[in-house]
This record gives sequence, structure tokens and C-alpha cells, in this order.
Amino acid sequence: MSEDPSIPSSSSSQMSEDDDRSPPLDLIDGPIPSSKSRNCSGVSGSGVGTSVENTVPYPDQVLENVLENVLCFLTSRRDRSSASLVCKSWYRAEALTRSELFIGNCYAVSPRRATARFTRVRAVTIKGKPRFADFNLMPANWGAHLAPWVSSMAKAYPWLEKLCLKRMSVTDDDLALLAESFAGFKELVLVCCDGFGTSGLAVVVSKCRQLRVLDLTETEVMDDDVDWICCFPESQTFLESLMFDCVECHINFEALEKLVARSPSLKKLRLNRHVSIGQLYRLMVRAPQLTHLGTGSFNLSEGMAQGDQELDYVSAFAACKSLVCLSGFREILLDYIPAIYPVCSNLTSLNLSYANITAEQLKPVISQCHKLQSFWVLDSICDEGLKAVATTCKELRELRVFPVNAQEDAEGPVSEVGLEAISEGCRKLRSILYFCQRMTNAAVIAMSKNCSELVVFRLCIMGRRRPDHVTGEPMDEGFGAIVMNCKKLTRLAVSGLLTDRAFSYIGKYGKLVRTLSVAFAGDSDLGLKYVLEGCHKLQKLEIRDSPFGDTALCSGLHHYYNMRFLWMSSCSLTRQGCWAIARELPRLVVEVMKSNEGEEEGDNFDTLYMYRSLEGPRDDIPQFVEILRPGI
Amino acid sequence: MTSMLGVERDLNLRETELCLGLPGGGTTTVAEPETAKTTGKRGFSETVDLKLNLQSKEDLNDNVKNIASKDKNNLLSCTKDPSKPPAKAQVVGWPPVRSYRKNIMSQKNTSEEKTEKASGGGGGSAAFVKVCMDGAPYLRKVDLKMYKSYQELSNALSKMFSSFTTGYYGTQGMIDFMNESKLMDLLNSSEYVPTYEDKDGDWMLVGDVPWGMFVDSCKRLRIMKGSEAIGLAPKAMEKCKGRS
Repeated sequence: MSEDPSIPSSSSSQMSEDDDRSPPLDLIDGPIPSSKSRNCSGVSGSGVGTSVENTVPYPDQVLENVLENVLCFLTSRRDRSSASLVCKSWYRAEALTRSELFIGNCYAVSPRRATARFTRVRAVTIKGKPRFADFNLMPANWGAHLAPWVSSMAKAYPWLEKLCLKRMSVTDDDLALLAESFAGFKELVLVCCDGFGTSGLAVVVSKCRQLRVLDLTETEVMDDDVDWICCFPESQTFLESLMFDCVECHINFEALEKLVARSPSLKKLRLNRHVSIGQLYRLMVRAPQLTHLGTGSFNLSEGMAQGDQELDYVSAFAACKSLVCLSGFREILLDYIPAIYPVCSNLTSLNLSYANITAEQLKPVISQCHKLQSFWVLDSICDEGLKAVATTCKELRELRVFPVNAQEDAEGPVSEVGLEAISEGCRKLRSILYFCQRMTNAAVIAMSKNCSELVVFRLCIMGRRRPDHVTGEPMDEGFGAIVMNCKKLTRLAVSGLLTDRAFSYIGKYGKLVRTLSVAFAGDSDLGLKYVLEGCHKLQKLEIRDSPFGDTALCSGLHHYYNMRFLWMSSCSLTRQGCWAIARELPRLVVEVMKSNEGEEEGDNFDTLYMYRSLEGPRDDIPQFVEILRPGI
Repeated sequence: MTSMLGVERDLNLRETELCLGLPGGGTTTVAEPETAKTTGKRGFSETVDLKLNLQSKEDLNDNVKNIASKDKNNLLSCTKDPSKPPAKAQVVGWPPVRSYRKNIMSQKNTSEEKTEKASGGGGGSAAFVKVCMDGAPYLRKVDLKMYKSYQELSNALSKMFSSFTTGYYGTQGMIDFMNESKLMDLLNSSEYVPTYEDKDGDWMLVGDVPWGMFVDSCKRLRIMKGSEAIGLAPKAMEKCKGRS
């Protein structure tokens, strides 16, 4: 989970696997190949002569000690997985030396099994719900409960230091158990989680005395009327990062100010929208050493008028000489934008995606951001604003353009013009998420040629099945060019009018694609077939509202065990089709669900969600989920 | 089915839908009401609305599929036409923008409107009340202004307190006070019911007055076992009878 220093970004992209070159391999407890030539019984531990079976203990022992010492430096999950498959000795050594555990699907393996294999883990990452749950495509209470993990880890890893969760259901009780069980707990990162309130936060901050990192990103926190900021210990803290910009509750500012004052190691601070600019000033003055700042509202507190209290915001920013990452601006008062000028030339990351500003308002800022590598913004800046970005930000690696108005038939302030300008100016681009109402194949093709470093390409043409608005043709050629020309592409999201041809391109050229997101696209089963047969590295496939049926589903039988999951909602699948898969692949958990909680029992269903698992059907399914189990 | 397809091409879909909301008013249609809610997922209050629509989500999707697969030529000629395509009903989860972000953007719209109109000082735009549930160690706060109906409120409560189910609430999402035997069944059961303390300090069963009136008069919420709330039933039924 170490940050890539060349792409500083919010913690949510730490969870993204696309920046990590090696594809994630989950725990697979497959058969362990034994060495043919040597008998590696490999009893680890001290003392020659403790081994039972083998013939030459001493060299094995040395080799093993060397191995363990070397493996400590091996951080890549894929490499570790490969190492563990060499022989039993290596398997054991790897298991003992793995200190960071990554669970890509909380239901693929049980806590008991994971903790039994890896006994010396200090840091755990767990991912739960599939991504489409973020868009209300799945009822609440589907699952992904942290509880069984916390209870297992409480016994297995009392020395646990770090827990990162994405899309998990976390309760206050879970947090309380966590706080009680791990005396040396240091880092809690919650991305897109829910189920707990400020009470849970209060327990964590008061009991985890070694806490260095508390990062909440796009996580829902219920308001329990508990003053959690006051619950930090009174003495100096070890806090390095405190991010609570997504917490919608009011906080006690005086307590926060005192907290910041007694946190000399604090480098990252992201405030929520209830912190006014005046309060921000007071905090910045106390913490000029900050590297990452989320500004809160960037507006006056209610009831105050401008001019009431003119603070020297410019100096406050100028004093933060280490500031490289700026975000917030939740209720931005435009008059205060110039305050950030002193830091612009140092910024590597800027998130203006909650600030509804125009191109003219953006230009004075962006024209100074020569070092910018990550930029999140609203489409209110229009194509003109994007041109300004392209002119200055030559180092840009990641761009996200979000819609102010997330509706299908709204006005589109950005278009192919902006995309093409970016592709011309930002040649080092690696990752793009672009929402628009109009697009052309030409612009997408241009980007495929100009930005050969692209790893992530996510284009969302908001009108469903909308063609190239100049030629009237499907967007097949554009996306085809992306998979053809961007040789490092691992993540792709498509949109607009797409025929099966687009998918034939993806299957033919998208050999490194691991994550594919499809909506309202394709003509027939062929489309999905092309992808399942061609994309050998495909791990995560999410499809909605596309005409793919049972035949297409069956064409992926050879590959499903290599995937983390397949999601298909509102497609042309039948129950029989899903049963066929469940019968063929017993280690796959095949969930079918309805999207409305209260619906009657019936044959039809809305969603298929299937994933490999060592554990078989989970025991915590809600009423609207059915798991297809052959033989039952 | 084919006639539906023909209808869709020419008519504004909105004309054929049955929606909640005042007749002739409001732009929100199927699944994306613009509540300025920041906490709690709204997802399923939206899909409940869907059930009351003449055209179900499946039909909608079928229609869209039919258009795409059937007549690409027609589509092409449509787009060469400079006028915009007919307005489509909003679909759940599309465009794929997280609720968190959508809520914030819609909240900004309403607050920007307010700053244009008002000269200073916030109007009471929130109505926070404490919610406790018998047996639960944590109490929550909710902003009643985030919800537009009893159903939305009860959905939100069921997410906050997992033992609180909405099973007895019928299609309207609230207790049917006119049906005395049903009410008594509920109150005799071990199901939880929401009650509230009103301005006068009296404890009442939630749902006895129209929603707007409830938001104004509710000071505090308490979810208790039906059997404990039995004493509150007569008052509630009287109120209802008195009104109708």
C-alpha cells in the first residue's frame, strides 16, 4: 500500500489497482507442486536435525533462512504468489514473511482461512461490494460485513497496525472491537464504506493511542451527536493524516484546533464542509508543515459577511511551503481563489471537483500549476478550461472531469474539443475519467495516438447509446483505437453507441485489460463472447443493460476462475443460463438478485453477480439474494 | 409491445408515466428525485417510486434495447437532425456518478439559490432530531428535511437500525390508522414502531398526521416495541378519524 510518489493522489486511488503494474492475484489455495529433484521438506526454524523427511538438512536450512530474509523485501502480490507456488518450503516461507494482506473480494476467502495461512500480518486491505453498488444498482444490506474479519483478526493479529477497507459495511461495534483488540493500531483507511456513526469514530480515536492515520474518503458517517474530535487523547498525538472531508456532521472546531496544535507530525489534513475559511486560516497557521490540505468550505461561516474579518489568507498559504496536494473548496467563494496562488507552482495534485467555476475563473490558477500531475474538476470549466489545462499542465498523469449536472439530456459544457485539447497538451496522461454529452471517434482516436501511456481510459457519454455526434456513426472506431494504440491499457469503461464490432476490437487488442465496464452497449451475444474469449487478463467485468444472454455467458466458462467477479444486470440472461454456469463451475459463487427489496419471489431476476471463492456460498445473504447451488 | 415502441418514438415519455408529485409540475420523473440529502443512501426510496409508474424499469430497458437493435438507420437520421432527441426518463444509476457526489451537487444548487434570495442569516433549512431505539446503544440524528415522505424516513431508519424493519407498513410506508385490527396486530407484535415527541411534549405514533405537519412538530424520535406503544394508538386513530 505504499504510495507511488510520482502520482500523489487521494487515498481512494491507493485502492485502485491500476497504478500497480502487477495484476492482483487473490489467495488461491491450489495444489502445491512439490519439487521433483529435491525433497524440500523445509522445516523452518532453528536447529539442524529438526527436519523429519529429507536427506540433506543443512543446505536446505541455509537456503530457507536466506529465502525468508529475501522474501521480506518482496512486496508485489503477484511475485509473492508466484514464489509461494514453487514448493512447500517456499510456500511456508512466503506465508511467514507476508506482512501485508490484500483481500480483493471479502467473500473469496474466509477470515479463518486467511489468518491460518498468513500468521504474521501487520496490514490488511479488504474490498467488499462490487463497484456498481455505488450507483444504487444493489439494495442496501447485501453484505460485505467487516464483523467476521475483525473478530478473526482480533485473535490472529493482535499486533495489527493497519486496516484499509473499500465498500465494506462497518458498524460501530466493529470499530469498538477494533479499537479494543489492536494495541498498536496505527492506520485506518475507509473508502466508500458505511454503516457506522460518529460514535464508532469516537471509540477508535480515544482508544487507539498510536493512531497515525485516520482517512475517510467518500464514506458515509451517521451523525450520533457525539463529539468525536474531542475524544482524541489530551497528550501529543502521532497523527500524520486526518481526512474527514466526507463526514457531514458538524465538528467542534475549538477541539480540532487544539488537536492540530498537539499533532506535530500532521502532514495531511482534509476538513469537511462545515469548516469555514476563517477557521481554515487558524488551522493553517498552526500547521504550515502540511503537504496535503482539504480546505473545507472555503467560504465564510454563516452569518458573517465579507470584510468582517479580513485575514491574510495569502500569507497562510505562502507559509505552507510543502503543500503539494490541495482539495476541498466545497462552497467556494470566488473572491478567495487568489489566496492559493502562492502554492500553485508546487502543486502535484489539485481537486476542484466540488467547485462550480468557469474557465475564466480557472485560468489564473491553472496557468501556474506547471507541476500538476493529478487534476479533478467539474465540467463547468468547459472545453476552454480544458484547453487552459492542456496549455500548462505538461506533467499531467491523471484527469477526472465530473458533470455538474448528471443527467442524460442536460447541456454539455465539455465535448470532443476538450478531450482533443488534453490529448495534444498532456502527452504523459495515464488515467482519464471524462463525462460528456457529445463525443466523436476522431477525438478518441487522437487521444489513443497522443497519449500512448494510457493505463486507464474511462469515457462516459452520458446519453445512452449516443453515436459520434458529427458522423452519426457508432463509437466503435474510437474505442477500438484506444485498445489498439494504448499498449499499457488495463482499465476501460465504454459508452455511447457501440456495436459488437467495438467488442471484437477489445477482445482482439485489449490483451492487458483487467477491468472492463460496459453499459447500454452491444448488439448480440457475440459482443460478450469476443471479450471473454479475447481478454486473457480480464479480472473484473461489470455489465449493465446490454443484450448479452446465456450463450455469451457460457463462452466464458474457461476463464471465470481467473476472474475476481462478473456482474451482469438487466441483460438477457435466464435462470437456466446461470444454473448452467453454477453446475459447471462449483468453485464459483453464483448470486442472482432482484434490485427491489420487496419484490415477490419469481423466476426472473435483475442481476447476476458471480465470483470465485474457496468457501462456497456465504451464510449472510439477505432476502433478495439467491445463491444457485447445484446439488441442493 | 411494438405499439409501445411506436408511441415512445413520438411522444414524450413523461406523458405516459404515472408519477408521484403534483400533476403538471416537477421535472423529476422516475428514479432521480432531487432531494438535497447528504446522509444515507436514497437508492431504494427511488425504486419504490418506480413501482407506481406505468412503465416499469424492465419495459424501459426493453424499449431502449429495441431501439438500438432494430433501427440503427433511424437512429443515425435522428442524430443528424439538429434538434435534440426526445427527453428520456432517468434510469437508476445512470450516469454513473456516485450518490455522494450527486447529493452534494444538488445541495449546492439549492444553497446557491438561497444566497441569491436571502440577504443574510440562514433560514432553518435543516430539522435535526435525535433518534433512539430501545435496546440500541447508539443514538442517531436525522434531518427530517432530507425526506419527503414517511416511507423515505422509514427506509432511512431501517438502515440505521438493522432490527427495525418496515414490513408492517403496507404500500404507503406508514401505519394505516384507519384499519383498527391491522393496527392492533402491529402493536401487539414484537415489531418495532416509530414514535415521536411533538411540540406539546406528547408521544405519538409516527404517521398520524400529514408528513409536512409531522416535520414541523416532531422534536424527537423513539423506536419502541409495538407492545409498548399500544397506549398511543387511540389518540392516533382519533386524529385520523377526525381528519377524514
